[in-house]
Amino acid sequence: MSAPTQLLNVQIDGAWHQFPKGTRVIEACSRAGKFIPHYCYHPKLSSPGNCRMCLIEMGMPKPGPDRKPEMGPDGKPIISWIPRPQISCAQDIAEGMAIRTDSPLVKECRNGVMEFLLINHPLDCPICDQAGECHLQEYSVEFGTAGSRFLDEKVKKPKRVELGPRVTLDDERCILCSRCIRFMKEVAHDDVLGFVSRGSHTYLTAHPNKPLDSNYSLNTVDICPVGALTSTDFRFKMRVWFLKETKSICTSCATGCNTIIGTRLNTIYRQTPRENDEVNSSWMCDYGRLNFHYLNSPERLQTPQIRERDALVNSSWKSAMARAGDELKKFANGQIALIGSARMTNEELWLTKKLIESLGIADHDVVPRLGEADQILVNADRNPNTLGAQLFGITNENPGGKLSEIVEKVRSGAIRAIVALGEDLTEIGLTVDDLKKLSLIVATGILPNNTTRHATVLLPGSGFAEKRGSMINFRGRLQRLNRAVQPPGEARDEWEILRDLIQQSTGSNGIYLIEDVFRQIAEAIPEMKGLSLSRISDKGVQLVEEGEEATKTPASI
Amino acid sequence: MASTVRTPHPREKRIIFRNIDRPGWTNDIDCYFRDGGYAELKKAFTMKPEQIVNEVKASGLRGRGGAGFPCGVKWGFIKPGGPKPVYLICNADESEPGTFKDRYIIHQDPHQLLEGTVISCYAVNARLAYIYIRGEFPLGAKILERALAEARQHGFLGKNILGSGFDCEIYVHRGAGAYICGEETGLIESMEGKRPYPRIKPPYFPAVLGLYMCPTIVNNVETLCNVKHIVRMGGAEYAKMGKPNNTGTRLLCVSGDVQKPGYYEFEVGGITLGELIYDICGGLRPGRKLRAVIPGGSSAKVLSVADRYKIKSRQPDGSMLEKEMGLEEVPIDFDTLAAAGSMAGSGGIIVMDDSRDMVWALNNINEFYAHESCGQCTPCREGSLWMKKITERMVHGGGTKQDTDTLKSVADNIAGRTICAFGEACAWPTQSFVAKFRDDFVAKSAGKENGSGLR
Repeated sequence: MSAPTQLLNVQIDGAWHQFPKGTRVIEACSRAGKFIPHYCYHPKLSSPGNCRMCLIEMGMPKPGPDRKPEMGPDGKPIISWIPRPQISCAQDIAEGMAIRTDSPLVKECRNGVMEFLLINHPLDCPICDQAGECHLQEYSVEFGTAGSRFLDEKVKKPKRVELGPRVTLDDERCILCSRCIRFMKEVAHDDVLGFVSRGSHTYLTAHPNKPLDSNYSLNTVDICPVGALTSTDFRFKMRVWFLKETKSICTSCATGCNTIIGTRLNTIYRQTPRENDEVNSSWMCDYGRLNFHYLNSPERLQTPQIRERDALVNSSWKSAMARAGDELKKFANGQIALIGSARMTNEELWLTKKLIESLGIADHDVVPRLGEADQILVNADRNPNTLGAQLFGITNENPGGKLSEIVEKVRSGAIRAIVALGEDLTEIGLTVDDLKKLSLIVATGILPNNTTRHATVLLPGSGFAEKRGSMINFRGRLQRLNRAVQPPGEARDEWEILRDLIQQSTGSNGIYLIEDVFRQIAEAIPEMKGLSLSRISDKGVQLVEEGEEATKTPASI
Repeated sequence: MASTVRTPHPREKRIIFRNIDRPGWTNDIDCYFRDGGYAELKKAFTMKPEQIVNEVKASGLRGRGGAGFPCGVKWGFIKPGGPKPVYLICNADESEPGTFKDRYIIHQDPHQLLEGTVISCYAVNARLAYIYIRGEFPLGAKILERALAEARQHGFLGKNILGSGFDCEIYVHRGAGAYICGEETGLIESMEGKRPYPRIKPPYFPAVLGLYMCPTIVNNVETLCNVKHIVRMGGAEYAKMGKPNNTGTRLLCVSGDVQKPGYYEFEVGGITLGELIYDICGGLRPGRKLRAVIPGGSSAKVLSVADRYKIKSRQPDGSMLEKEMGLEEVPIDFDTLAAAGSMAGSGGIIVMDDSRDMVWALNNINEFYAHESCGQCTPCREGSLWMKKITERMVHGGGTKQDTDTLKSVADNIAGRTICAFGEACAWPTQSFVAKFRDDFVAKSAGKENGSGLR
């Protein structure tokens, strides 16, 4: 254990506070309830100190003849104030430091910087995507003036610049804070952005012939304090103040970046990263961020269907479940295989385990998805909940290891029925002809594929943003998904589908709410003892000690 | 080389400029040798580095680039025996409008600079020095390269110089034409191949975290030349020139409304502004009266002839004496010009007579600073161009009643609120012109009211 961090005494607007050594002045003020407006400063990036919005008055105890602080009549050190205002973003606190955040000089500085930032800024808030979450708007209400003293022509700069495939730039809105440049250099390690020209004519651009096409490019849009960098995907789609925000996690890989899903009227408009220093810092990859559009697809499976002769026909949930239950009973234990998914939630996987047990299924596994890790956030395991699938025994330490055996058994006729949970069987090596030869396919899914097309019973499920539930990321962190939108049509949560499937053979099992499922898990799994679904905090719960599981995220984020 | 060579005025004291325009003088090393060249380098190697630092401290030499910081104190910031290499950079980015002294040293007496630089390197234990020369001095760069080759050939650079055991190399680094590269941390960023955005201080003081984050000394051309003469004369003897705290000689560059503009060298404080203008520079143009002087390069605050200046100076017995004087009586030294509300700056003295339109003059300066602001800090980036737009509009008859006050308040919102001193450099002219010549500005602001102000 390291020694406890030294606490330093700092006077902020007359009141004394204690903060650990190494605390930035701006952070200390914020913790003391004195928010300091800023543009260029970002706690996750280096501090260039260029926007000058965070100017404050600073002083140090006046040393007496013996070099010790001279005390005033109140028994406190007399402060010798630095005549010039100081930036608070690039300096750490020091013992005895005094700060004024609300003096006339500080107010004058903020007012001056606001005026400077606005004189050349286009007044296009009504059509600007940033409106509603724009620091220029917010601070101008608080620190600016209503009128303008500027009478001359504004500086003209490039507009609608496609910096890369996903980011569009309006240079006239840019306040040159350089956050995006620093992010690309320091976090994304792809130093493609920079300023050209100089003075008031300075503008942001990408290096010639080097587009901003990093898989992290959209984070620059998040940290842009104004409307200069906009998401090409999101721009002009929805005013941000209409968006309902739901905290959730990304399910595009095993990292499980924390997110906010922005929705309106049951439609998802965007996903943005949510800060969690244990998982994703303040960032997420572009792929994961944009990987929600399929949920809005018109192709979504919306109604349960059952096979009548050669065709799938719409059905009620009741008849579809009865049909699935009846058909499954026709097969002996060894004749049924189950293909689960490491994209399922723990609750779904738990009930899958129960289904496996009730049907006595021996052949079961999940479909592995491996890619390349990028040393930043993207994990090689593109399934979000492999650890959950292992924990509940749907697969083992070698996910997908049983699949070839299952394919063999299908082809030899040993396996005659398959329960496919959200996975397409043609992805594990079975052909459409193989599927046609099977006597029974019970499939859940959200979009049509070869398996859903050849299913005997098709049960439409919910996407990641349409359900509650939990997953375990590659570092053993239990995190919760929250429902941002309702599934389309009659589609249902998979955990309900699985519960009803089990009930077809076992009768009522006392599960009415997803909390009931989690309670069963918490009772059975020692790592989750004492937890409940709602007790998983917004930032998750670490189930296993660091170092026991997989690798750590690089220190760079 | 110089076609209109003038012999130095009898009141000048030419030390640094001793060889400038000297009949028969050429800028090659042989000519330099005939004049006793590189003798001070040999002398320096008989001294310990800290002895040289002490001599420079004793000389009271203040930086000649503009800020006037004591050179010996700056050198003292380099702690001997540190783990990182020490770099020395000669700032030859002479860019302040009104300043044209360093180029003559480089063009006509490059070996004086090289000798001073090698001595300074030895004093601060820098094994590598760069001469950062502005991009607009291509000929100067060529001359320096040739001088460096000559010095190398004669063993004044390279390994084990003159058997001293000291290794030193100097390289010329050319700028690309930006005023801000004269700011020492901007210069360092530029040398590192980046945009010359000045660094925040603290923590990036060059003596601690300079070039490549190593301790670095940045000195002006004239300052480094002075080091050679301090070694020759000894610090105490050098300090006898000039006045206490304002020692040595100063190169002055006079431009504007005088009969004989040009470069001169005097003991610091040895001459008043009036003597310079009337006795040395041949006075104003016929029938004209003095109106104003910018005494230290275009960023220095303008001084008006209409004002009286109360100057406090320390007497030999240590007491302070306050004397009131007119502009023409003000002696040209660091402390007096500071006391008069301006600065000695880079030695560029710009003289303006009563024919000058002060709004036009300020606009000319504003144009320069709006063009040269690096754009890093908000107030300077936006304010410098705004001030230029206002004065330009006023010059062209578009002034409004609010302009004078707006100008002042814009300048007030820049000065003291930026990373580097460019904020002051661009704000001081506006602050001082508006303060000193308010009537001229008000006269150009008559007539129109501001618009609705909603833009």
